Amino acid sequence: MLKALEGSQAIAQTVALCRPDVVSAYPITPQTHIVENIAKLIADGRVNCEYVSVESEFSAASVVLGAAAAGARAYTASASQGILLMSEVLYNIAGMRIPMVLTCANRAVSAPLSIWNDQQDSMAVRDAGWIQFYCADNQEAIDTTIQAFRIAQECELPVMVCMDGFTLTHTMEALSVPSQEEVDTFLPPFEFSRRLDPRAPISMGTLVSPDFFPEARHSHHAALLHATETIITADQDWMKICGRFYGGLLGVDGPDDARVGIMVIGSIYGTLLEARNEFPELPPWSLIRLRVFRPFPIEAVREVCCGLDDVIVVERALSPGSGGIIGAEVRAALYGLEHAPRVHNVAVGLGGRDVSMQILPRLFELFEAPEPVQFKVFDLEIDRLEPEDQ
Amino acid sequence: MIEIRIHGRGGQGNVLAAYLLAAAGISHGLFAQAFPHFGAERRGAPVTAFVRFNHRPIYRRDQVNHPDFLIIQDAALMNIPGIANGLSNRGGILINVSQAEDIPLQSEQKLVAFAASALAREYTGRALANTALLAAFLSLTELLPLSALETAVGERFYGEVVDRNIQLIRKAATSVPAGVWRNEAQIHSGEIANA
Repeated sequence: MLKALEGSQAIAQTVALCRPDVVSAYPITPQTHIVENIAKLIADGRVNCEYVSVESEFSAASVVLGAAAAGARAYTASASQGILLMSEVLYNIAGMRIPMVLTCANRAVSAPLSIWNDQQDSMAVRDAGWIQFYCADNQEAIDTTIQAFRIAQECELPVMVCMDGFTLTHTMEALSVPSQEEVDTFLPPFEFSRRLDPRAPISMGTLVSPDFFPEARHSHHAALLHATETIITADQDWMKICGRFYGGLLGVDGPDDARVGIMVIGSIYGTLLEARNEFPELPPWSLIRLRVFRPFPIEAVREVCCGLDDVIVVERALSPGSGGIIGAEVRAALYGLEHAPRVHNVAVGLGGRDVSMQILPRLFELFEAPEPVQFKVFDLEIDRLEPEDQ
Repeated sequence: MIEIRIHGRGGQGNVLAAYLLAAAGISHGLFAQAFPHFGAERRGAPVTAFVRFNHRPIYRRDQVNHPDFLIIQDAALMNIPGIANGLSNRGGILINVSQAEDIPLQSEQKLVAFAASALAREYTGRALANTALLAAFLSLTELLPLSALETAVGERFYGEVVDRNIQLIRKAATSVPAGVWRNEAQIHSGEIANA
């Protein structure tokens, strides 16, 4: 049944349906409404769960690490500086292969201080060893959160579900929150084979000497690569229950005869989807939505780019001094492929800059460039900078 | 698509007004989207919120830059340069003031002044004008039945607040000329290429 819900409210209700045992979080804009609503659901007795209030994100991540290690289904949420403050623990959670779920309400990282949306925060921890989803809309964020809990325990890996701050978290729209029965059918009770048990004591995260460290890293990397199958199956299985499918690793919209493509991540997808109708005079084009960033879907990216002459990778973060993050990975994935498309790479919407539908014809101008655009911040008003900063 | 921009100040329930309007539309079977543009989130600082309505799903996530209607909760905000930027040439401005003078309008733009704060104080004891302005807006446009707004208020609040606001809503709806913005509030879905 469709309900008018703010994205954050919907995520809180969804987390509650997943029957968490422990939630611990520290509030930060724009994640606040998520954990506030979860705390209220717990306080009202609507979900049987322990909410642990802490003094920082470092502690929040540590609490859920310990809780999950002890066999509890655990959840936290954060954004921006909160994700960075957690980062040491995020590596530990992943390295210990602790299954749990975190929502990142994507927000820019300081300095300069910004509370608005881009994806620099989750991109900054892309190498921590978590599975990372990026949701195009609030319905996908609901459905992905449920899938994330199952994927986490099946792969024994932590899962980060990223949703654009404000753009999704603070938007009210008609959303379908599944029933408890539907979630229970899909999501089995939490089980963690290596959980801490005083009757069979083990240690986690202990010192590993050089004679085993590379093997530990290798197995973690392999576990992430193998997660692709579990991710696709989870999406398919959930579709059998709720009727919605997100393409597993990525989604494509557009005609088969498209020679050019635009690859996006996150909520900008909807704006470009609607822009397709606004600019019908443009030549056929393919809109590619990257849903999973870790593990990076190399094969799927090759498959969708095969047959295209040009693809523009549009992202909402950058690696200063290098360029685009996703763009570099797409280029690497396509390297050596026969008839690989030219890859242009831009960042848009940094620090919450509005991305309107008018960006579509401007992106199309890049296809005419004699050389592929290596990387640029696309929606700049360059004249506002002093000449020496331009 | 109908797009509405609501201007107010932190503490006036500006974002709430947008959420109530969207929830009312959704309960009436429309597709709707409401979201804030967060400026400095301080009490008293100017804040903006957006609402979209359509007969088909709304996918776009950009801000409302070309609204069909403005709802202004505080008349002093009209002094902010550019507050009416992008308003449709046939657009309407509903402003919370007893008399609106000296507000320059373009071509066929329309303006309705309605002293919503005074009415709100009378009915609820507080000068929070948001629900009264929404009722007036629905009366002017006949975009949704008043009952849809009452449902949205009933789902958001409980107890005496609901009763008082519903009385306020009913009175506010009769305080402006009904249906005068009806033509401007027709939802044209536009071209549906992939539907």
